[in-house]
Amino acid sequence: MDGPQRDGSAAERTPELSDRDAELVEELLAGSHRALARVITRIEDRAAGHRAIVSALHGHTGGADVIGITGSPGAGKSTLVDKLAAAYRERGDTVGVVGVDPSSPYTGGAVLGDRIRMGSNVGDMDVFFRSMSARGQLGGLSMATADAVKALDAFGKDVVVIETVGAGQNEVDVVRTADTVAVLVQPGSGDDVQTLKAGILEIGDVFVVNKADMDGAERTLAELEEMVHRREGPTTGLDTGHHGFDAPEHPDDPTPSDGEAASGDAADASGDDAPGWTPEVLRTVANTGEGVDELIAAFDAHAAHLRESGEIEATKRRRYAEEIRTLVRSDVGALAAEEIERRGGIDRLAEAVRRRETDPYSVAAEVVAPIVDCVETDRE
Amino acid sequence: MSVEQEERAIRCLVAKVGLDGHDRGAHVIARAFRDAGFEVVYSGLHRAPEDIVQAAVQEDVDVLGISILSGAHNTLVPKVIEGLKEYDAFEDTLILVGGIIPDDDETELKELGVAEVFGPGTPMEETIEFIRNNVPERA
Repeated sequence: MDGPQRDGSAAERTPELSDRDAELVEELLAGSHRALARVITRIEDRAAGHRAIVSALHGHTGGADVIGITGSPGAGKSTLVDKLAAAYRERGDTVGVVGVDPSSPYTGGAVLGDRIRMGSNVGDMDVFFRSMSARGQLGGLSMATADAVKALDAFGKDVVVIETVGAGQNEVDVVRTADTVAVLVQPGSGDDVQTLKAGILEIGDVFVVNKADMDGAERTLAELEEMVHRREGPTTGLDTGHHGFDAPEHPDDPTPSDGEAASGDAADASGDDAPGWTPEVLRTVANTGEGVDELIAAFDAHAAHLRESGEIEATKRRRYAEEIRTLVRSDVGALAAEEIERRGGIDRLAEAVRRRETDPYSVAAEVVAPIVDCVETDRE
Repeated sequence: MSVEQEERAIRCLVAKVGLDGHDRGAHVIARAFRDAGFEVVYSGLHRAPEDIVQAAVQEDVDVLGISILSGAHNTLVPKVIEGLKEYDAFEDTLILVGGIIPDDDETELKELGVAEVFGPGTPMEETIEFIRNNVPERA
């Protein structure tokens, strides 16, 4: 856990922290809300120097539990996040929230409305709520969100919640940056549950039927239970209505798991070979705060499971691998874009293809050729 | 050195402060700002000045638009400005006030640091133009 890692072997493109940004990072680490807010803006803007900032912060991250909350519009995500934040505050945790809202693909404008629901935490600066919009970058939103989470983590937040509408791949990628994902469903949404099957069901660690005081809640609960257990496979999950939260707590002891759960009875549900996690299905009424404590208990249980099974390391590796790939892809893509410009722009190239003077494959090969050359020369 | 394309957006907080339940105007403004390509955070009704400060600081907005129709602007606006100063956020936030503000009060508010006051009937384009021309440069 030491500061910015800049080893001597760094190539010329290693992010260089300017003096002013170094100061900003210092201020953030010292607990300035303003600096934190400003850093997130830089991240969102993909402004010059933001990479150096994030890479300077990276060494200070890893302390926060990151929770993703997704669900269809109107499921009550914002209200629940508000109550969650208040409950976390009550037990002494500091909280960061990133609320992601869609933006208009035409004007880029957006009304970021999640903040309106943060009624329980107004005036409490230890809940840092930040609205972000999808600024239309391809794959950029999840990157920006992940970086914003890092800023909140480095700032020292105990819990960081990412809230997003579960609408498409973009949003799925966003919640994937969380360690624990809760999928929110409202009662009576039989069709909703159906659509959950595709994509979102797989990423949920906890399923929540919110507005559980409404008609149809029981049925939706039953449907989710059934779906969750079907996912577990036909032989398991028949008796997993509850598995205890009394799993041993060794937060600082990431057991290098050899597939053996530490305690015998906590893992009774899922057999010996893979100490898997059976998603919880819970009910909440976000308006009144009913079920919020149980939800937090489920989040804690999942976090403990990740640590004890050693799965957290695999999860983090997978996530960082994805980040590295995204960055490399975007950098190489930018190089290619420059090359396209140098060759007269994409329109001219496209027009040449339209006139049958050349074809897309040849154009792509020509554009990439100098990059390939460089890589090959470098290798020798 | 960054080869990435910068994606800057003007961020605004549209805020209702105090005991004033009239938010039609704030809604209309919020939508107009959105359509102008701004990112708009709406505070919701009946916020205390410190709530507005918290939101403005955390959201790191370029523009803070305060809508007041209750006549309490002389009490509430200074409190918001004080709070912003406390968090070192006053200098680079463009503060606008919308609502029914007597001329004398307008002068006073401007002395405090409000950039402009927009009364009833102000064309939406005028407000948007003003923001575009006056949004604080951030290095």
